Amino acid sequence: MTLTDTDTAVRVVGLTKKFGTFTAIDDVSFTVERNKIYGLLGRNGAGKTTLMQLLTGQQFATSGTLDVFGASPVENARVLQSVCFIKESQKYPDSFRADHVFASAPWFFANWDAAFAARLVDDFRLPLKRPIKKLSRGQLSAVGVIVGLASRAPLTFFDEPYLGLDAVARQIFYDRLLEDYAEHPRTVILSTHLIDEVSNLLEHVLVIDEGRILMDQDADELRGTASTVVGKKTDVDAFVAGRDVISRDGIGGLASVTVGGLGEAERAAARAAGLELSPVSLQQLIVQRTTSTTATTASPASPASPTIDPTVTKIDAWSARS
Amino acid sequence: MIEAGKPIFVQIAEQIENDIIDGVIEEESPVPSTNEFAAFHRINPATAGKGVNRLVEDGILYKRRGIGMFVATGARERLVGVRTEQFRAKFVGPLLSEAATLGITPEQVASMINEYNVTDRKASTS
Repeated sequence: MTLTDTDTAVRVVGLTKKFGTFTAIDDVSFTVERNKIYGLLGRNGAGKTTLMQLLTGQQFATSGTLDVFGASPVENARVLQSVCFIKESQKYPDSFRADHVFASAPWFFANWDAAFAARLVDDFRLPLKRPIKKLSRGQLSAVGVIVGLASRAPLTFFDEPYLGLDAVARQIFYDRLLEDYAEHPRTVILSTHLIDEVSNLLEHVLVIDEGRILMDQDADELRGTASTVVGKKTDVDAFVAGRDVISRDGIGGLASVTVGGLGEAERAAARAAGLELSPVSLQQLIVQRTTSTTATTASPASPASPTIDPTVTKIDAWSARS
Repeated sequence: MIEAGKPIFVQIAEQIENDIIDGVIEEESPVPSTNEFAAFHRINPATAGKGVNRLVEDGILYKRRGIGMFVATGARERLVGVRTEQFRAKFVGPLLSEAATLGITPEQVASMINEYNVTDRKASTS
Protein backbone atom coordinates (compact mmCIF):
# COMPACT_ATOMS: atom_id res chain seq x y z
CA MET A 1 0.00 0.00 0.00
CA THR A 2 1.25 3.47 -0.85
CA LEU A 3 -0.43 5.14 2.09
CA THR A 4 1.64 6.83 4.75
CA ASP A 5 2.09 4.65 7.76
CA THR A 6 0.19 6.27 10.61
CA ASP A 7 -2.50 5.11 13.01
CA THR A 8 -4.78 7.87 11.84
CA ALA A 9 -7.14 7.52 8.90
CA VAL A 10 -8.75 10.94 9.17
CA ARG A 11 -7.61 14.11 10.91
CA VAL A 12 -9.90 17.15 10.95
CA VAL A 13 -8.98 20.48 12.56
CA GLY A 14 -11.29 23.48 12.81
CA LEU A 15 -13.35 22.39 9.81
CA THR A 16 -16.18 24.70 8.76
CA LYS A 17 -18.54 24.43 5.79
CA LYS A 18 -21.05 27.14 4.95
CA PHE A 19 -23.75 27.11 2.30
CA GLY A 20 -24.53 30.82 1.94
CA THR A 21 -25.51 31.95 5.41
CA PHE A 22 -26.19 28.40 6.65
CA THR A 23 -23.35 26.82 8.60
CA ALA A 24 -23.58 23.07 7.98
CA ILE A 25 -20.30 22.16 9.70
CA ASP A 26 -19.22 24.46 12.49
CA ASP A 27 -15.55 24.46 13.55
CA VAL A 28 -15.25 20.71 13.97
CA SER A 29 -12.10 18.85 15.09
CA PHE A 30 -11.66 15.10 15.51
CA THR A 31 -9.56 12.16 14.39
CA VAL A 32 -10.54 8.73 13.10
CA GLU A 33 -8.17 5.92 14.01
CA ARG A 34 -7.39 3.22 11.54
CA ASN A 35 -9.10 -0.15 11.44
CA LYS A 36 -11.97 0.73 13.71
CA ILE A 37 -15.71 0.82 13.05
CA TYR A 38 -17.09 4.28 13.76
CA GLY A 39 -20.68 5.35 14.10
CA LEU A 40 -21.44 8.83 12.78
CA LEU A 41 -24.75 9.59 14.42
CA GLY A 42 -27.06 12.56 14.57
CA ARG A 43 -30.45 13.89 13.62
CA ASN A 44 -31.64 14.83 10.14
CA GLY A 45 -29.76 17.86 8.88
CA ALA A 46 -27.15 17.60 11.64
CA GLY A 47 -24.35 17.66 9.06
CA LYS A 48 -23.47 13.97 8.70
CA THR A 49 -23.68 13.79 4.92
CA THR A 50 -21.92 17.13 4.45
CA LEU A 51 -19.10 15.92 6.67
CA MET A 52 -18.72 12.74 4.64
CA GLN A 53 -18.79 14.70 1.39
CA LEU A 54 -15.99 16.88 2.72
CA LEU A 55 -13.97 13.84 3.73
CA THR A 56 -14.36 12.30 0.28
CA GLY A 57 -13.45 15.46 -1.62
CA GLN A 58 -16.96 16.05 -2.95
CA GLN A 59 -17.35 19.36 -1.17
CA PHE A 60 -14.81 22.09 -0.52
CA ALA A 61 -14.25 23.25 3.04
CA THR A 62 -14.98 26.89 3.82
CA SER A 63 -12.15 26.89 6.36
CA GLY A 64 -10.08 24.52 8.44
CA THR A 65 -8.01 21.51 7.44
CA LEU A 66 -8.78 17.88 6.81
CA ASP A 67 -6.43 15.02 6.05
CA VAL A 68 -7.40 11.58 4.85
CA PHE A 69 -4.47 9.15 5.09
CA GLY A 70 -2.19 12.16 5.58
CA ALA A 71 -3.31 14.31 2.63
CA SER A 72 -6.22 16.41 1.44
CA PRO A 73 -8.76 14.23 -0.40
CA VAL A 74 -9.69 16.97 -2.90
CA GLU A 75 -8.64 15.93 -6.43
CA ASN A 76 -6.20 13.50 -4.85
CA ALA A 77 -6.28 10.20 -6.73
CA ARG A 78 -4.02 8.45 -4.23
CA VAL A 79 -6.40 9.19 -1.36
CA LEU A 80 -9.63 8.64 -3.30
CA GLN A 81 -8.51 5.20 -4.47
CA SER A 82 -8.48 4.15 -0.83
CA VAL A 83 -11.93 5.52 -0.11
CA CYS A 84 -15.35 4.06 -0.81
CA PHE A 85 -18.43 6.22 -0.17
CA ILE A 86 -21.81 4.49 -0.26
CA LYS A 87 -24.58 7.05 -0.33
CA GLU A 88 -28.21 6.88 0.52
CA SER A 89 -29.23 7.48 -3.09
CA GLN A 90 -26.45 6.53 -5.44
CA LYS A 91 -27.07 7.48 -9.08
CA TYR A 92 -25.90 5.15 -11.84
CA PRO A 93 -25.77 5.63 -15.60
CA ASP A 94 -29.25 5.12 -17.10
CA SER A 95 -28.56 1.90 -18.97
CA PHE A 96 -26.73 0.22 -16.07
CA ARG A 97 -27.65 -3.13 -14.59
CA ALA A 98 -26.35 -4.46 -11.26
CA ASP A 99 -23.83 -6.70 -13.02
CA HIS A 100 -22.44 -3.62 -14.83
CA VAL A 101 -21.87 -1.96 -11.48
CA PHE A 102 -19.98 -4.96 -10.12
CA ALA A 103 -18.01 -5.37 -13.38
CA SER A 104 -16.82 -1.75 -13.24
CA ALA A 105 -16.12 -1.73 -9.50
CA PRO A 106 -12.57 -3.21 -9.85
CA TRP A 107 -11.59 -0.11 -11.89
CA PHE A 108 -12.13 2.02 -8.81
CA PHE A 109 -11.25 -0.35 -5.98
CA ALA A 110 -7.90 -2.12 -5.90
CA ASN A 111 -9.04 -4.61 -3.22
CA TRP A 112 -12.29 -5.59 -4.98
CA ASP A 113 -13.25 -9.20 -4.22
CA ALA A 114 -15.51 -10.50 -7.00
CA ALA A 115 -16.18 -13.82 -5.24
CA PHE A 116 -17.31 -12.01 -2.10
CA ALA A 117 -19.55 -9.76 -4.22
CA ALA A 118 -21.10 -12.82 -5.89
CA ARG A 119 -21.81 -14.36 -2.49
CA LEU A 120 -23.47 -11.13 -1.34
CA VAL A 121 -25.60 -11.04 -4.50
CA ASP A 122 -26.90 -14.49 -3.51
CA ASP A 123 -27.44 -13.39 0.11
CA PHE A 124 -29.47 -10.36 -0.95
CA ARG A 125 -31.20 -12.22 -3.83
CA LEU A 126 -30.33 -9.35 -6.12
CA PRO A 127 -31.38 -9.66 -9.81
CA LEU A 128 -28.21 -8.93 -11.77
CA LYS A 129 -29.69 -8.53 -15.25
CA ARG A 130 -32.49 -6.13 -14.42
CA PRO A 131 -31.93 -2.44 -15.24
CA ILE A 132 -31.08 -0.51 -12.08
CA LYS A 133 -33.97 1.84 -12.79
CA LYS A 134 -36.35 -1.10 -12.37
CA LEU A 135 -34.95 -2.26 -9.02
CA SER A 136 -36.95 -1.74 -5.83
CA ARG A 137 -35.69 0.74 -3.23
CA GLY A 138 -34.35 -2.10 -1.09
CA GLN A 139 -32.62 -3.77 -4.03
CA LEU A 140 -31.00 -0.49 -4.97
CA SER A 141 -29.69 -0.20 -1.42
CA ALA A 142 -28.38 -3.78 -1.68
CA VAL A 143 -26.29 -2.78 -4.72
CA GLY A 144 -24.64 -0.06 -2.64
CA VAL A 145 -24.09 -2.32 0.35
CA ILE A 146 -22.45 -4.97 -1.85
CA VAL A 147 -20.12 -2.38 -3.42
CA GLY A 148 -19.26 -1.04 0.03
CA LEU A 149 -18.42 -4.45 1.45
CA ALA A 150 -16.72 -6.13 -1.53
CA SER A 151 -14.56 -3.06 -2.31
CA ARG A 152 -12.70 -3.58 0.98
CA ALA A 153 -11.50 0.03 0.74
CA PRO A 154 -9.16 1.05 3.59
CA LEU A 155 -11.72 3.75 4.44
CA THR A 156 -15.38 2.96 3.77
CA PHE A 157 -18.28 5.33 4.37
CA PHE A 158 -21.83 4.01 4.60
CA ASP A 159 -24.29 6.90 4.59
CA GLU A 160 -27.67 5.51 5.69
CA PRO A 161 -26.99 2.54 3.40
CA TYR A 162 -30.12 0.51 3.97
CA LEU A 163 -33.10 2.58 2.98
CA GLY A 164 -35.83 0.08 2.10
CA LEU A 165 -33.80 -2.98 3.13
CA ASP A 166 -35.89 -5.48 5.07
CA ALA A 167 -34.90 -6.75 8.51
CA VAL A 168 -33.38 -9.95 7.11
CA ALA A 169 -31.26 -8.04 4.62
CA ARG A 170 -30.08 -5.59 7.30
CA GLN A 171 -29.06 -8.51 9.51
CA ILE A 172 -27.13 -10.00 6.58
CA PHE A 173 -25.38 -6.67 6.11
CA TYR A 174 -24.35 -6.49 9.79
CA ASP A 175 -23.18 -10.13 9.84
CA ARG A 176 -21.17 -9.89 6.64
CA LEU A 177 -19.65 -6.58 7.70
CA LEU A 178 -18.46 -8.05 11.02
CA GLU A 179 -17.24 -11.25 9.43
CA ASP A 180 -15.30 -9.53 6.68
CA TYR A 181 -14.00 -6.80 8.97
CA ALA A 182 -12.59 -9.48 11.30
CA GLU A 183 -10.67 -11.01 8.40
CA HIS A 184 -9.77 -7.78 6.63
CA PRO A 185 -9.59 -4.99 9.22
CA ARG A 186 -10.29 -1.55 7.78
CA THR A 187 -11.76 1.78 8.79
CA VAL A 188 -15.53 1.92 8.48
CA ILE A 189 -17.67 4.98 9.13
CA LEU A 190 -21.32 4.06 9.43
CA SER A 191 -23.92 6.79 9.45
CA THR A 192 -27.39 5.69 10.47
CA HIS A 193 -30.53 6.45 12.39
CA LEU A 194 -31.00 2.84 13.45
CA ILE A 195 -28.69 3.23 16.43
CA ASP A 196 -30.09 0.30 18.42
CA GLU A 197 -29.44 -2.06 15.54
CA VAL A 198 -25.80 -1.09 15.01
CA SER A 199 -24.69 -0.01 18.47
CA ASN A 200 -22.99 -3.33 19.28
CA LEU A 201 -20.98 -3.22 16.05
CA LEU A 202 -19.42 0.15 16.80
CA GLU A 203 -16.10 0.65 18.50
CA HIS A 204 -16.29 4.44 18.56
CA VAL A 205 -19.12 6.93 18.36
CA LEU A 206 -19.16 10.42 16.86
CA VAL A 207 -22.38 12.31 17.49
CA ILE A 208 -22.94 15.44 15.46
CA ASP A 209 -25.64 17.99 16.17
CA GLU A 210 -26.24 21.29 14.39
CA GLY A 211 -22.85 21.02 12.71
CA ARG A 212 -20.90 20.44 15.92
CA ILE A 213 -19.39 17.30 17.42
CA LEU A 214 -21.42 16.58 20.52
CA MET A 215 -19.79 13.28 21.51
CA ASP A 216 -16.53 11.67 20.47
CA GLN A 217 -16.19 8.57 22.62
CA ASP A 218 -15.45 4.89 22.84
CA ALA A 219 -18.81 3.13 22.38
CA ASP A 220 -18.29 0.70 25.22
CA GLU A 221 -17.24 3.43 27.64
CA LEU A 222 -20.31 5.42 26.69
CA ARG A 223 -22.54 2.43 27.27
CA GLY A 224 -21.35 2.06 30.84
CA THR A 225 -21.56 5.68 31.94
CA ALA A 226 -25.16 6.82 31.81
CA SER A 227 -27.93 5.67 34.13
CA THR A 228 -31.46 6.76 34.82
CA VAL A 229 -32.07 7.47 38.49
CA VAL A 230 -35.64 7.06 39.65
CA GLY A 231 -37.10 7.83 43.06
CA LYS A 232 -38.70 10.44 45.27
CA LYS A 233 -38.16 13.86 43.73
CA THR A 234 -36.34 15.28 46.77
CA ASP A 235 -34.00 12.25 46.98
CA VAL A 236 -33.27 12.27 43.25
CA ASP A 237 -32.61 16.01 43.22
CA ALA A 238 -30.23 15.67 46.16
CA PHE A 239 -28.34 12.85 44.42
CA VAL A 240 -28.01 14.44 40.98
CA ALA A 241 -27.05 17.91 42.26
CA GLY A 242 -23.75 18.91 40.66
CA ARG A 243 -23.73 15.91 38.32
CA ASP A 244 -23.86 15.70 34.53
CA VAL A 245 -27.64 15.73 34.04
CA ILE A 246 -28.64 14.59 30.54
CA SER A 247 -32.41 14.69 30.82
CA ARG A 248 -35.10 15.13 33.42
CA ASP A 249 -38.58 13.72 33.66
CA GLY A 250 -41.11 13.26 36.41
CA ILE A 251 -44.67 12.70 37.52
CA GLY A 252 -46.14 13.88 40.81
CA GLY A 253 -43.57 13.44 43.55
CA LEU A 254 -41.56 11.02 41.44
CA ALA A 255 -38.54 12.07 39.40
CA SER A 256 -36.59 10.25 36.71
CA VAL A 257 -33.26 11.82 35.81
CA THR A 258 -30.63 10.51 33.42
CA VAL A 259 -27.07 11.30 34.49
CA GLY A 260 -23.70 10.52 32.97
CA GLY A 261 -20.42 9.52 34.53
CA LEU A 262 -21.56 7.35 37.42
CA GLY A 263 -18.88 5.10 38.89
CA GLU A 264 -19.47 1.88 40.81
CA ALA A 265 -19.23 3.65 44.20
CA GLU A 266 -21.72 6.29 43.14
CA ARG A 267 -24.14 3.63 41.95
CA ALA A 268 -23.90 1.93 45.30
CA ALA A 269 -24.51 5.27 47.02
CA ALA A 270 -27.63 5.82 44.90
CA ARG A 271 -28.97 2.38 45.79
CA ALA A 272 -28.22 2.98 49.45
CA ALA A 273 -30.23 6.22 49.23
CA GLY A 274 -33.21 4.14 48.09
CA LEU A 275 -33.00 5.21 44.45
CA GLU A 276 -33.58 2.89 41.54
CA LEU A 277 -31.02 2.74 38.73
CA SER A 278 -31.82 1.58 35.25
CA PRO A 279 -29.53 1.26 32.23
CA VAL A 280 -29.67 3.63 29.27
CA SER A 281 -29.14 2.28 25.76
CA LEU A 282 -26.84 4.07 23.36
CA GLN A 283 -29.86 5.12 21.32
CA GLN A 284 -31.73 6.53 24.32
CA LEU A 285 -28.60 8.33 25.43
CA ILE A 286 -28.06 9.95 22.03
CA VAL A 287 -31.75 10.83 21.64
CA GLN A 288 -31.69 12.51 25.04
CA ARG A 289 -28.44 14.33 24.36
CA THR A 290 -29.53 15.67 20.99
CA THR A 291 -33.02 16.61 22.18
CA SER A 292 -31.83 18.51 25.21
CA THR A 293 -29.44 20.69 23.24
CA THR A 294 -32.15 21.83 20.84
CA ALA A 295 -34.52 22.35 23.76
CA THR A 296 -32.13 24.86 25.32
CA THR A 297 -31.68 26.85 22.13
CA ALA A 298 -35.32 26.87 21.02
CA SER A 299 -38.08 28.58 22.95
CA PRO A 300 -40.07 26.02 24.94
CA ALA A 301 -43.39 26.88 23.33
CA SER A 302 -42.29 26.32 19.73
CA PRO A 303 -40.82 23.12 18.34
CA ALA A 304 -37.25 23.14 17.07
CA SER A 305 -36.78 25.23 13.95
CA PRO A 306 -37.09 23.29 10.69
CA THR A 307 -33.82 21.82 9.50
CA ILE A 308 -32.48 22.76 6.12
CA ASP A 309 -31.04 20.14 3.86
CA PRO A 310 -27.43 21.27 3.52
CA THR A 311 -26.91 19.14 0.44
CA VAL A 312 -27.10 21.77 -2.24
CA THR A 313 -25.12 20.00 -4.89
CA LYS A 314 -25.03 16.25 -5.28
CA ILE A 315 -21.99 15.07 -7.14
CA ASP A 316 -22.12 11.60 -8.51
CA ALA A 317 -19.32 9.48 -7.08
CA TRP A 318 -18.96 7.41 -10.22
CA SER A 319 -18.61 10.37 -12.54
CA ALA A 320 -16.39 12.18 -10.01
CA ARG A 321 -14.05 9.22 -9.91
CA SER A 322 -13.66 8.75 -13.66
CA MET B 1 -27.15 -12.27 25.64
CA ILE B 2 -25.88 -8.72 25.35
CA GLU B 3 -27.86 -6.17 27.35
CA ALA B 4 -27.93 -2.39 27.20
CA GLY B 5 -26.38 -0.04 29.73
CA LYS B 6 -23.35 -2.15 30.60
CA PRO B 7 -20.03 -2.24 28.75
CA ILE B 8 -20.07 -5.19 26.36
CA PHE B 9 -16.50 -6.19 27.19
CA VAL B 10 -17.52 -6.64 30.83
CA GLN B 11 -20.43 -8.82 29.75
CA ILE B 12 -18.17 -10.96 27.57
CA ALA B 13 -15.70 -11.42 30.43
CA GLU B 14 -18.54 -12.36 32.81
CA GLN B 15 -19.98 -14.89 30.37
CA ILE B 16 -16.62 -16.63 30.02
CA GLU B 17 -16.29 -16.61 33.82
CA ASN B 18 -19.76 -18.15 34.15
CA ASP B 19 -18.86 -20.87 31.67
CA ILE B 20 -15.71 -21.67 33.66
CA ILE B 21 -17.63 -21.76 36.98
CA ASP B 22 -20.39 -23.94 35.47
CA GLY B 23 -17.77 -26.26 34.01
CA VAL B 24 -18.90 -25.62 30.42
CA ILE B 25 -15.29 -24.72 29.65
CA GLU B 26 -12.82 -26.84 31.63
CA GLU B 27 -9.41 -25.79 32.84
CA GLU B 28 -6.62 -26.18 30.28
CA SER B 29 -9.17 -26.27 27.46
CA PRO B 30 -9.48 -23.61 24.74
CA VAL B 31 -11.97 -20.74 24.74
CA PRO B 32 -13.52 -19.49 21.47
CA SER B 33 -11.55 -16.90 19.52
CA THR B 34 -12.30 -13.19 19.61
CA ASN B 35 -13.79 -13.36 16.12
CA GLU B 36 -16.02 -16.27 17.10
CA PHE B 37 -17.32 -14.29 20.07
CA ALA B 38 -17.87 -11.27 17.81
CA ALA B 39 -19.77 -13.25 15.20
CA PHE B 40 -21.88 -15.12 17.77
CA HIS B 41 -22.92 -12.07 19.78
CA ARG B 42 -22.91 -9.72 16.77
CA ILE B 43 -20.49 -7.33 18.43
CA ASN B 44 -17.35 -5.50 17.41
CA PRO B 45 -14.32 -7.85 17.47
CA ALA B 46 -12.20 -5.24 19.29
CA THR B 47 -14.78 -5.09 22.06
CA ALA B 48 -14.85 -8.88 22.36
CA GLY B 49 -11.05 -8.84 22.46
CA LYS B 50 -11.13 -6.38 25.34
CA GLY B 51 -13.25 -8.80 27.37
CA VAL B 52 -10.89 -11.71 26.68
CA ASN B 53 -7.83 -9.58 27.47
CA ARG B 54 -9.30 -8.61 30.80
CA LEU B 55 -9.38 -12.28 31.80
CA VAL B 56 -5.80 -12.68 30.58
CA GLU B 57 -4.77 -9.79 32.83
CA ASP B 58 -6.59 -11.45 35.73
CA GLY B 59 -4.71 -14.70 35.05
CA ILE B 60 -7.93 -16.61 34.32
CA LEU B 61 -6.96 -17.20 30.69
CA TYR B 62 -3.54 -17.52 29.13
CA LYS B 63 -2.31 -17.42 25.58
CA ARG B 64 -0.66 -20.27 23.75
CA ARG B 65 1.24 -18.67 20.95
CA GLY B 66 -0.26 -19.45 17.56
CA ILE B 67 -3.07 -21.59 19.02
CA GLY B 68 -5.33 -19.35 21.08
CA MET B 69 -6.60 -18.71 24.59
CA PHE B 70 -6.83 -21.39 27.26
CA VAL B 71 -8.31 -21.56 30.75
CA ALA B 72 -5.60 -21.49 33.41
CA THR B 73 -5.32 -24.22 36.04
CA GLY B 74 -6.96 -23.10 39.29
CA ALA B 75 -9.10 -20.52 37.45
CA ARG B 76 -12.37 -22.02 38.63
CA GLU B 77 -11.42 -22.00 42.30
CA ARG B 78 -10.27 -18.40 42.11
CA LEU B 79 -13.43 -17.27 40.32
CA VAL B 80 -15.63 -19.03 42.86
CA GLY B 81 -13.72 -17.23 45.64
CA VAL B 82 -14.23 -13.83 44.00
CA ARG B 83 -17.89 -14.54 43.29
CA THR B 84 -18.50 -15.66 46.88
CA GLU B 85 -17.22 -12.30 48.10
CA GLN B 86 -19.42 -10.53 45.54
CA PHE B 87 -22.37 -12.66 46.64
CA ARG B 88 -21.98 -11.37 50.19
CA ALA B 89 -21.90 -7.75 49.06
CA LYS B 90 -24.55 -8.03 46.38
CA PHE B 91 -27.15 -10.24 48.06
CA VAL B 92 -26.54 -10.60 51.80
CA GLY B 93 -26.18 -6.85 52.40
CA PRO B 94 -29.39 -5.81 50.58
CA LEU B 95 -31.20 -8.81 52.09
CA LEU B 96 -30.43 -7.68 55.62
CA SER B 97 -31.20 -4.00 54.96
CA GLU B 98 -34.58 -4.88 53.42
CA ALA B 99 -35.22 -7.17 56.39
CA ALA B 100 -34.37 -4.31 58.76
CA THR B 101 -36.94 -2.01 57.11
CA LEU B 102 -39.56 -4.71 57.63
CA GLY B 103 -38.47 -5.26 61.25
CA ILE B 104 -37.12 -8.75 60.61
CA THR B 105 -34.07 -9.63 62.70
CA PRO B 106 -31.02 -11.38 61.17
CA GLU B 107 -31.91 -14.45 63.29
CA GLN B 108 -35.38 -14.54 61.75
CA VAL B 109 -33.82 -14.19 58.30
CA ALA B 110 -31.53 -17.13 59.07
CA SER B 111 -34.47 -19.33 60.13
CA MET B 112 -36.39 -18.24 57.03
CA ILE B 113 -33.49 -19.45 54.92
CA ASN B 114 -33.36 -22.77 56.76
CA GLU B 115 -37.11 -23.29 56.46
CA TYR B 116 -36.94 -22.36 52.80
CA ASN B 117 -34.33 -25.07 52.38
CA VAL B 118 -36.53 -27.63 54.14
CA THR B 119 -39.58 -26.92 51.97
CA ASP B 120 -37.32 -26.84 48.96
CA ARG B 121 -35.96 -30.30 49.78
CA LYS B 122 -39.47 -31.64 50.35
CA ALA B 123 -40.52 -30.33 46.97
CA SER B 124 -37.57 -31.93 45.24
CA THR B 125 -37.99 -35.38 46.90
CA SER B 126 -41.76 -35.65 46.37
